[in-house]
Amino acid sequence: MTKNFDVAVIGAGPAGLAAATEAASHGLSVVLFDEQPAPGGQIYRNIEGVDRRRLGKILDEDYLKGADITKAFRASSTNYHSGATVWRVDTDGSLAWTNGTAAQITNAKRVISATGALERPVPVPGWTLPGVMGAGAAQILLKTAGMVPDGPTVIAGNGPLLYLVANQLFSAGTEIAAILETTRFRDYFGAARYAFGALKANEYLSKGNRMMQELKRKGLRVQSGTTNVRADGNEKLETVRFTANQEEYEIEASTLLLHQGVVPNVQITRQMGATHEWYEPQRYWRPVTDEWGATSVETLAVAGDGAGIFGAEAAAAAGQLAGLDAAHRLGKIDELDRDVKAGPLLRERNRLAGVRPLLDHLFQPTDDILRPADETLVCRCEEVTAGDIRECVAEGATGPNQLKAYTRCGMGPCQGRMCGLTVAEVIADARDKPVEEIGYYRLRPPIKPITLGELAAMEDAVD
Amino acid sequence: MFRRITEPDAETVIIRFEGERLKVAAHETVAAAVLATNPEFTRTTPISGEKRAPYCLMGTCFECLMEIDGEPNRQACMMIVTDGMVVKRQTGKREMPE
Ligand code: FES
Repeated sequence: MTKNFDVAVIGAGPAGLAAATEAASHGLSVVLFDEQPAPGGQIYRNIEGVDRRRLGKILDEDYLKGADITKAFRASSTNYHSGATVWRVDTDGSLAWTNGTAAQITNAKRVISATGALERPVPVPGWTLPGVMGAGAAQILLKTAGMVPDGPTVIAGNGPLLYLVANQLFSAGTEIAAILETTRFRDYFGAARYAFGALKANEYLSKGNRMMQELKRKGLRVQSGTTNVRADGNEKLETVRFTANQEEYEIEASTLLLHQGVVPNVQITRQMGATHEWYEPQRYWRPVTDEWGATSVETLAVAGDGAGIFGAEAAAAAGQLAGLDAAHRLGKIDELDRDVKAGPLLRERNRLAGVRPLLDHLFQPTDDILRPADETLVCRCEEVTAGDIRECVAEGATGPNQLKAYTRCGMGPCQGRMCGLTVAEVIADARDKPVEEIGYYRLRPPIKPITLGELAAMEDAVD
Repeated sequence: MFRRITEPDAETVIIRFEGERLKVAAHETVAAAVLATNPEFTRTTPISGEKRAPYCLMGTCFECLMEIDGEPNRQACMMIVTDGMVVKRQTGKREMPE
């Protein structure tokens, strides 16, 4: 079954919803594919279904803002496919996707990738034990299922989401045994010179501030400057160990939530061959984009955190900009019209982006997760440790792709999503080269595993 | 592992996890439904047989692979429960399609 559209949007977070709504409002035919069962992305996950009566007070007003953008999207003429995984996109605008039963092909003149961010994997010793998860994962369970960790919980790492999740879980009745921040007092001095630009986004900052005050007021154990967090236990998490002030500590816990910020999801932009750049303060790759989100691939734009982390509100503005640009490129509005409409959006996005240099320098990923100890599993799928990778480098592996000839690192079902950044860091460190030079996995479709049954069903449909 | 702070007051469905009958909210994911039972683990790895449980809940890590209605390698965090669904832990080697 082949279908043709003007614009295909991938992802139903704030960027994708805004892009689709904007593009459709100019009379373009728009299709949107999203893996989740309902619109909202991770940030507004389950926004239409959330139990407001019980959870409205726990989840903050910023989350509830997601309702408006979702409503506008529902009212648009977009052809919306939920539970749909895009596993291949070609530069001519053809997209292969599956709804879990049958693979299908859809063609679009322009593709807007709005696949957002992933929680940065946090490889510490023992992070594969049941009971250890991403802090974002716990938040997803709260939003979608009204569930919280049962038993003593430790939250470790850094970044705004860490404090937000801690606050939400605490309000929801979770026993928070400790919050272990990696941030040290001196990091605030280091980041202070970026504070000026942040004045422009002081609502954001004061929210962060409020959250931190809240946690301390509630009497939670907040330990700053922690290093060497590790998870121990027999087949499940039992103890969290860490170092602070040159002393070793341990805490009994049944849940450890790890978080060190989020990074762009680059699977689609990589697979399509767009040019990427290394963003040093947060040590991640992002596609090179212009103000409209256009990439080095003629047919492809990227909107939202997938083009670099700027947060949900900036993502909505970026989505609208990409939608406007699509309307212009496909002949629905002229350049002047586009630029006039874009003015306030660009100003809003720049204002929101003003806070990033401060956050990006204050909450940097720590050395112990960028270059983990030898014993730490880097590739969870194929069980390859940092030590294994260092051995392969000693034997002559020069980069992530060569490494595949030595180990199956990056070849498991997650296709490098969990190990790609760490592998490059470990190789770069072992070879004493900048990460930029080491690069990333070459990604080939299918970018998500697809079953033979799904493929066979596609062939049937084509015949 | 996880406990509910809301009651599934709206629609519910019945699923089975390792033979156990579970009454769960109709809109939740298989991973959430299973985590609420304190399952200890949801799969063992093909290489060392280590026990694992969901890590990301957003479709990235593939730690939530389970056998759902007889089909292995299903991402439990991406699938919504349906009435009568049969869910099992996934143990050891299952070939992923290339
Ligand atoms: S828990 Fe990570 S993919 Fe399902």
